[in-house]
Amino acid sequence: MTVNHYLVLSAILFTIGVFGIFLNRKNVIVILMSIELMLLSVNLNFVAFSHFLGNLTGQIFTFFVITVAAAEAAIGLAILVSFFRNRNTIDVEDIDTLKG
Amino acid sequence: MVEQLTFYLFALVAVVAALRVITARNPVHSVLFLVLTFFSMSGIFVLLGAEFLAAILIMVYMGAVAILFLFVVMMLDVDFTQLRKGAINHLPLGIAVGIVILVELAAVAMNLHLSGEVNPALVEQVPNTMAIGKILYTKYLFPFEIASIVLLVALVGAVVLTLRKPRPGLKRQVISEQLARTREQSVEMKKVASGEGA
Repeated sequence: MTVNHYLVLSAILFTIGVFGIFLNRKNVIVILMSIELMLLSVNLNFVAFSHFLGNLTGQIFTFFVITVAAAEAAIGLAILVSFFRNRNTIDVEDIDTLKG
Repeated sequence: MVEQLTFYLFALVAVVAALRVITARNPVHSVLFLVLTFFSMSGIFVLLGAEFLAAILIMVYMGAVAILFLFVVMMLDVDFTQLRKGAINHLPLGIAVGIVILVELAAVAMNLHLSGEVNPALVEQVPNTMAIGKILYTKYLFPFEIASIVLLVALVGAVVLTLRKPRPGLKRQVISEQLARTREQSVEMKKVASGEGA
């Protein structure tokens, strides 16, 4: 097994995440899940390099990425819930109040 | 050989589950496939010798984040079929962008040549969790504290965002009113004739 195997897997997962955003353009929940997929693929890159370079810093960084991802999911879903209460929809195209 | 087989098994499951995450019609299924993706990914983390992160991935993502998603999906009364309408219009652009990103990332990944196998001198002599603990609480202590503040802010922020303003008909505890009650307001003396009590 070389680092390339892991990098290609991570590239495939990242692409699926990006593609998911295009595919579910209206559904904020699935967009948030796609972002989680992209963060996961980034984590895989960090861990793979950490393993093959014999350096633990990558794993520490992954730890912080997971922390921030959890905080992001909590805040994102909280915004989603309060948006749904106000507008009764979660369609991304309705989220344009700041456009003026 | 076994390692390769395990890697391909977990990788296949992760990719198929990730594809189902973005294509499933029912968002509950999406969340459950997300859990499957994270689980197979934690298997791959174990292959890479990162047992601690694999455990964290299972605990944080499957135990907390996925449940949070599940709760929100089930709490919101959304017509999800309505949200899928018009998705086909964005498909060509999505496929084009996806192919470009995949080709670019794969080109980088294929052309990267690390020295091949793991440098044996650098393989940790101590367990992974112990090694991470040793480095996390010394060299990375300050970022670690910052991470805890990030989590605290997220916690308070989520509560503040979802806390509702008092609506009419909502019963809440008002401590000042409770304390201002006098005996005359709350106690009523009744005269019950003897022998006629219920």
